[in-house]
Amino acid sequence: MSIELKDVSYTYSKGTPFERQALNNVSVSIDKGEIVAIIGHTGSGKSTFVQHLNALLKPDKGMIIIDEVDATGKTSDAKAARHRVGMVFQYPEHQLFAETVEEDIAFGPRNKGFSEDEVAVQVKEAMRFVGLDYDTYAKRSPFQLSGGQMRRVAVAGVVALNPDYLVLDEPSAGLDPASRLRVFREILELHKTRKIAIVIVTHSMDEAAEYANRLLVINKGQLLYDGKPEEIFKEHSAELRQVGLDMPQVYNLGEKLKANGLNLKGDIMNTKALVKAICQAKGWKNAK
Amino acid sequence: MLNNITLGQYFPGDSFIHKLDPRTKLLCTLLFIVAIFFANSPISYGILCGFTLLVILVSRLPFVMVLKSVKPIWIILLLTLCIHIFTTPGETILYQYSFLTVTKEGLELGVKMCLRLILLLLFSSILTFTTSPIVLTDGIESLLRPFKCIGVPAHELAMMMTIALRFIPTLLEETDRIMKAQTARGADFESGNIIQRVKNMLPLLIPLFIGAFRRADDLAIAMEARCYRGGEGRTRMHQLSYGSNDYVAFVVIFVLIFGLAFLRWGTKLI
Repeated sequence: MSIELKDVSYTYSKGTPFERQALNNVSVSIDKGEIVAIIGHTGSGKSTFVQHLNALLKPDKGMIIIDEVDATGKTSDAKAARHRVGMVFQYPEHQLFAETVEEDIAFGPRNKGFSEDEVAVQVKEAMRFVGLDYDTYAKRSPFQLSGGQMRRVAVAGVVALNPDYLVLDEPSAGLDPASRLRVFREILELHKTRKIAIVIVTHSMDEAAEYANRLLVINKGQLLYDGKPEEIFKEHSAELRQVGLDMPQVYNLGEKLKANGLNLKGDIMNTKALVKAICQAKGWKNAK
Repeated sequence: MLNNITLGQYFPGDSFIHKLDPRTKLLCTLLFIVAIFFANSPISYGILCGFTLLVILVSRLPFVMVLKSVKPIWIILLLTLCIHIFTTPGETILYQYSFLTVTKEGLELGVKMCLRLILLLLFSSILTFTTSPIVLTDGIESLLRPFKCIGVPAHELAMMMTIALRFIPTLLEETDRIMKAQTARGADFESGNIIQRVKNMLPLLIPLFIGAFRRADDLAIAMEARCYRGGEGRTRMHQLSYGSNDYVAFVVIFVLIFGLAFLRWGTKLI
C-alpha cells in the first residue's frame, strides 16, 4: 500500500514565454503508516509535488501509482485510487461553501457515493477528530466561525472522506500557536487510530523535526534529501542553510546550552530529545 | 486546469512596436481601422495585408501566435462569408443549386469582408500583444483626459480597468485552487447535463465570490489607508511622453491612410 511517483516532471505554462519547470525527475514512494514532512524554500516545488500525490496535476513525464493503480487514467479504478488520497490545501477555509458546517463536511463523502447513514457517521467522526462539538456547530453557518474553527471544518471535510493517505499543505499557516499545536495533535491522533499515511508540507523546521518520521527536502524542483529528520538535520545542516532552510530552533537552543557548559549528549532535534538530554545531564528523573 | 487561458495576452519584448507610447499605439490602431474601410480594390487590400505582415515582423512576435488570435471568431467569419456569398445579387453566376446562387460579386464581397475582419482583429491583437495591460490603461486615461470637461470620468475608468486587470490572474489562480480542492473532495465539474453542471458549479462559485468580496474589501481599506482620494491632483510614477519613434509611427500610418484614400478617390480625379 503506497503512493509511488516515478520520474515525475512538471512544467507550468508549457509553450509560452512564462514556461517554468516546477518538478524535475522526482521519484519517491510513500507508504501507508508514515508521517512524512516536506520542507523546501518558497517556490521550490513543494506544492506542485504534493498536488501530484493524488494526480490533481498530471505529470508531463513519469507515472503516479497509487496502490498499484496508475492514478492518471480515466478508469473508475484510477478515480477510486485518487479518492483514497485526501488533500488539504493551503488556507483550506477558503473552499467552504455550504450553508451549514454539517453540509460542508458531508460534501466529500456524498460525492464518494456513501449512503446517507454512512455520511452521517463520517461527519460526526470527522468533527470529533478536529475537536468541534457536533451539537454546537453542525447546524451553524461555516462563515460565522472564527478562522481557526473554519480551518478545522475544512480539515474535517477531507477527513470525512476516510482517506488512506492524508496530504496537508501548510496546515498551520496563519494560525495562533495554540491552534497550531491543536491541529498537529489532531493529525497525530488520526494517524494513530486510523493507521493512515500523513504528508505535511511545512515551512517550520520545528514542526518537521517534532512530528515526522521521514523528511523530504525539495529544492528547485528536485528531491534533495530523503530520510529520517534527525539524520538529515545532523548531516546536511550546511547544505540546508545554503538552500535557504534552517535548523530546528530546538537544535539551536541545544547547541547554545552545550556552548554554555551544559553537558548534553547526542544531537537534539526535537523537544522530547531536549528534555531527555537535560534530565540526563542534570541527573533528574525523566518526569515527562 | 486553467493554465492555458491567456487573458491580457501581453507578450514581453523590446521591439520598435513594444517601445512605442501606448497612446501612439491606440491612435494608430484606430487610424488603421479607418484605413481598412478605405480599401476597395485588390491592390489596397494587398497593401493592408503587407503592412500588417510588416508590423508583425517588426514586433518580433511569433507569427503563429498572432494568427491564432483569429481563431475565436472563425464562426463569425464563416457566417459572414456564407451570407455574402449566397445573398449578393449579381450577373456572373458561378454556381446554382435550387434556391442557392453563388455569384462572382458575392464571392468577392464575402472574401473582402472576411479580410477586413481578420485584419481588424490581427491589428488589435498586435496592440494587446505588445502593450502590457497596465500601460494600456494609462494610455486610455491620458487619451480620455481632454473629455473630462464633458463629464467622462477618465481617471475612475482607468483605475477600475487597472484593478480589474490586476485581479484577473489572481481570481484565475483562486478558481484553479478551489477547483482542485473540490475535485479532491470528489466534485465533478465535467459531466452531467446542464442543470446538473450548474448545480455542480456552486461549490466553486460560492467560495470564489466570497473571496472576491473579501479582496475588494481589503483593497478598499488598503487604498484608503494610503490616502487615495480619486484622480484630483494625482501625479503618476510613469510619465507618458512621445519620442521620435512615435512620430515615425504616426507618419507611417498617415502615409498609409492617404495612400489608400488616394487609391480609392484620387485615381478618379486624375
